[in-house]
Amino acid sequence: MRKLFNALKIPLMIGLLCVPLITVLDHDQEADAFSNQVIQKGAIGDDVIELQSRLKYIGFYNGKIDGVFGWGTYWAVRNFQYEFGLTVDGLVGSEMKAKLNKATKYDPSTKQKVNQGKSGGTAGGGSAGGGGGSKATQGKNTPAGYSQNDIKLIANAVYGEARGEPYEGQVAVAAVILNRVQSSSFPNTVSGVIFEPRAFTAVSDGQIWLTPNERAKEAVLDAVNGWDPSGEALYYFNPNTATSGWIWTRPQIKRIGKHIFCE
Amino acid sequence: MIRSILIGALAIGVVSTSYWGYKEHQEKNAVLINAENNYQRAFHELNFHVDALEEKIGSTLAMSSQARLSPALAEVWRLTSEAQNDVGQLPLTLMPFNKTEEFLSNIGQFSYRVAIRDLNEKPLSSDEYDTLKKLHKHSTEIKDELRKVQAMVINHNLRWMDVELALASEKQAQDNTIIDGFKTVDKQVEGYSDVNWGPEVTQLNEKKENLDKNVKGEKLSEEEVKKVVIDYLDIESNAEIDITSTGKKAGYQAYSLSIDNPKNKSSVNLDVTKKGAHPIWILMDRKIGKQKISLNEAAAKAEKFLQEHDITNMVIVDSSQYDKMGVFTFVYKQDDVPIYPDAVHIKVALDNGDIAGYESLEYLTNHHERKLSKPAISREEALAQINESVQIMEEGLGVIQNDLGEEVLCYEFMGTIENETYRIFINAENLREEKVEKMDGTETNYDAL
Repeated sequence: MRKLFNALKIPLMIGLLCVPLITVLDHDQEADAFSNQVIQKGAIGDDVIELQSRLKYIGFYNGKIDGVFGWGTYWAVRNFQYEFGLTVDGLVGSEMKAKLNKATKYDPSTKQKVNQGKSGGTAGGGSAGGGGGSKATQGKNTPAGYSQNDIKLIANAVYGEARGEPYEGQVAVAAVILNRVQSSSFPNTVSGVIFEPRAFTAVSDGQIWLTPNERAKEAVLDAVNGWDPSGEALYYFNPNTATSGWIWTRPQIKRIGKHIFCE
Repeated sequence: MIRSILIGALAIGVVSTSYWGYKEHQEKNAVLINAENNYQRAFHELNFHVDALEEKIGSTLAMSSQARLSPALAEVWRLTSEAQNDVGQLPLTLMPFNKTEEFLSNIGQFSYRVAIRDLNEKPLSSDEYDTLKKLHKHSTEIKDELRKVQAMVINHNLRWMDVELALASEKQAQDNTIIDGFKTVDKQVEGYSDVNWGPEVTQLNEKKENLDKNVKGEKLSEEEVKKVVIDYLDIESNAEIDITSTGKKAGYQAYSLSIDNPKNKSSVNLDVTKKGAHPIWILMDRKIGKQKISLNEAAAKAEKFLQEHDITNMVIVDSSQYDKMGVFTFVYKQDDVPIYPDAVHIKVALDNGDIAGYESLEYLTNHHERKLSKPAISREEALAQINESVQIMEEGLGVIQNDLGEEVLCYEFMGTIENETYRIFINAENLREEKVEKMDGTETNYDAL
């Protein structure tokens, strides 16, 4: 084993030494990396990383380079547009990109750093602009009032309760959880509603701790963004397995898949 | 010889199995006792907090000085929230105790609103004093009933785990003492319709009741609705459509439709109003491929969709990209003033620009032409209300729904303090600061760390 390692050592070292060389070569080729899209508030991705880096380079932006076009980036773009005599609309079109390219420098390796979640400013010899020493971590859009962790917790509950249900049935279960948070007869937090004793069978039997799939997460995002296929329901039950007689006395709204949703 | 070895081995087997069984049993008991103790704690704390609540409301009745009244009511508000929290930890979800929870929440809202008001400027009205008196009477009754249950629990060593079992089995009418006790409390609260909460305690869920009132059009039959939907979604006229109506007793009245499209492995589900068949929400379910169009192009698609369906004068107020989806919020604009309660949400798939979702409950329940009066105060006066450390970036007029559920015309200011963005609404009639929001919307992606 050791022999093998020794034999590989030299080529490996050479290979490693080449990596910075290659990245340096890359710099020049990718100097003009913006894609053709008009970048607007709410966008995510490499273009946004470049936009933030360039705006930071000339001091218009001083937030995190996270690849999410949030409010901080929005104001930076507007200020740039104002200073450079462009229409102040917060949209990054070809004209603004050209001005940015002229006025700033960008180190394309920033986007790898951000996407891999490494802190910027340390890697890459002689990097000119970009991260400039600040932490580079990837960001994410989250709907107002909810954290990623809230969304994950609801996704866990939805997956545990309704993974075999049609898509709108999963959105509806998520909506019921959110309706309960709003309602005065239930706890006022997502965790309070989900972990209320006897509220959800998936919590009692531990199925809530299964790893949710993408579909469940997407369903939760839809519910958080305002979709409510349940018709503002507060309860739902599976008529084949429901043990509570009281639940049948609630006014029923509709049936989706195996679940009946009621007020 | 072999036989005795066999017997020995079996004997050891039996002994170790029974020892293992005994250990398991002990562990199970420990877990059960732990769960039981948590329930007992929540239950006794509920009693304590209701006791304290009754006492506090009682003492507010005797207070004459406004300086004392505000903190006392704030204390009432805190106690109701504690009591609600205790209820949330008991296994009461699937039994009738929701009236009591609602009652507690209303006490909380009422006391909060009065507590934060400047009582020197607007003292307690006689109606409100009356409400307080009734609240005291009712809380005394609730306290007494709960005490009865508590005494029984203590005297007879009743266990909450048995309540769980009784609720779970539900073979015959539950004759569990605790359940009966809580049912009695809830029955009692049901009769408390005499409390005048005033306009300040707004009830939720009025959205769906407004739906029927606000929407225009004739009431349509299922067949007529199908035709409208086929036209709306621009699908083949012989498409197979599943249609059902919502329950007769439900406050929310709509038709639910489901259309399968095996060609591209997608399905579309939607609810439409019974009057006029206006879509309340649409969701398309299909696998979304790689992102091919930008958020900006997607926004244009969403705008076109609205125009094609005669929802005009809409302006985009929010756009966010989640993975391969663009989600947009549009609001109605009247005389260049955005009307925030008239909102629709649109979801666009970023692989081919399909409209993947549409949601318009707020728009359908709120939308109408308003009479917008000229602001009574000037922009400068409104601006003077704002904290000096806020740097104003953008401003305009806007109509929002305030905390009391009224629509108010406001000056809207967007500004920053260091790296945070704030949105502030100042009432254009009376300079009241109606709403101050910190605008979030982005977070570190913890999955990528």
